[in-house]
Amino acid sequence: MDVIIESLPQYWDGFLRTLFLAAVSGIIALVVGTLLAAARVSPVAALRGFSMAYVEVVRNTPLTIAFFFAAVVLPRLGVTFQQFEVAAIIALSAYTSAFIAEAVRSGVNSVPVGQAEAARSIGMKFSQVLSLIILPQALRTVVPPLINILIALVKNSSVAGAFFVLELFGYGKQLANDHGDAVMWVLVGVAIFYLLITVPLGYLAHLVERKVAIAR
Amino acid sequence: MFARFFLMTTQLPGDALVSLNAVNKHYGQLHVLKDINLQVRKGEVVVVIGPSGSGKSTLCRAINRLETIDDGDIAIDGKQLPAEGKELARLRADVGMVFQSFNLFAHKTILENVTLGPIKVKGTAKAEADKEAMALLERVGVGHQAPKLPAQLSGGQQQRVAIARALAMKPKVMLFDEPTSALDPEMINEVLDVMIQLAKEGMTMIVVTHEMGFARKAADRVVFMADGQIVEDATPEEFFTNPQSSRAKDFLSKLLTH
Repeated sequence: MDVIIESLPQYWDGFLRTLFLAAVSGIIALVVGTLLAAARVSPVAALRGFSMAYVEVVRNTPLTIAFFFAAVVLPRLGVTFQQFEVAAIIALSAYTSAFIAEAVRSGVNSVPVGQAEAARSIGMKFSQVLSLIILPQALRTVVPPLINILIALVKNSSVAGAFFVLELFGYGKQLANDHGDAVMWVLVGVAIFYLLITVPLGYLAHLVERKVAIAR
Repeated sequence: MFARFFLMTTQLPGDALVSLNAVNKHYGQLHVLKDINLQVRKGEVVVVIGPSGSGKSTLCRAINRLETIDDGDIAIDGKQLPAEGKELARLRADVGMVFQSFNLFAHKTILENVTLGPIKVKGTAKAEADKEAMALLERVGVGHQAPKLPAQLSGGQQQRVAIARALAMKPKVMLFDEPTSALDPEMINEVLDVMIQLAKEGMTMIVVTHEMGFARKAADRVVFMADGQIVEDATPEEFFTNPQSSRAKDFLSKLLTH
């Protein structure tokens, strides 16, 4: 157990980096995922097709493949980064956005069609109907699944540790090497710091869900 | 019927605000609108009645293109209804629509429901939109509900807000798609009263309804539809006392015996 206390500085640094990775990727994924969902319901067939293809491919391939693409294939195509963090953020947000797109789409489908008809009949354009009427209602109904996806994102960010990014899991590996006699406690420490992010997220979901619920 | 006398004199004959010519629509095999021709003059109140499944709601929804049509044309104030896009949105702003299920924006307050169109579609300043919306809400008798959410209002109140929301766009014509069919009986009159008031003020209205009392009281013309066709088009007086078709006679006899 002492190893956890002894290594608090490393844990703390890893914790902050994991938090950073998850927060930045989460924000990007929320934006991109919402745009993908909007494309999926748009009247333009090409946008619908692109969104559907993206979600199908990305959602159904392992995250590790996404990391390989971002960390190994992109640089070969001429997209180079100073830090592996950037590749990790690209991989995590590209991967997570596919799940967010599906969740938001299900939320869009849960908004009664009369809401869109009423909006169209007062003269709103498609983009206004979507941004002012449909998405605000859709996003409220999908808060619980969105938080689930974000919790998964926090845990998925540990894959970055295998791609030379020193986040919580990366430090975990390092500490396990340094303290071969206390590997179990090292990993318990890692788990505790993950829980520090994910458990509050779950409570946040509960709070937000009650706060934004809309009565019909 | 009321303000109509002076309006009629200012209108040239055949000067239609809403004009449907040879409109056809199919749902797969089902021919829901069969060669519909209908002209509605400015200030006229046209009530569309008929048995369920006769196509009257589809007709109403086709006028602001919530339903597409297969052929024929529909014009509002001389302008052809365009296909999807900005043009259509602009034309829809001139056509107020009131739905059977109210369809108030569930996440917006009553006041926001009414001001959203003027602010976002017409670019009206918020302060002015608020003022006009409050006046409209007072007019339909729900001014004191302005800060509430739709779900906190009764059906009758919600439907009156929906009318105010449509009026806020200053439409040329108002479409009502069975506005009282989802209401409890004791709330029907509060909505009909608002509609009768509108008719008196000279609003052009196309009303799909089962309320024969409203048709008698406020309509200039009654259009009777059955099986996707307009079977009769007459004044309420003529239609209710002397229907021509057996279909209309049958329909009316069923109403009267209950």
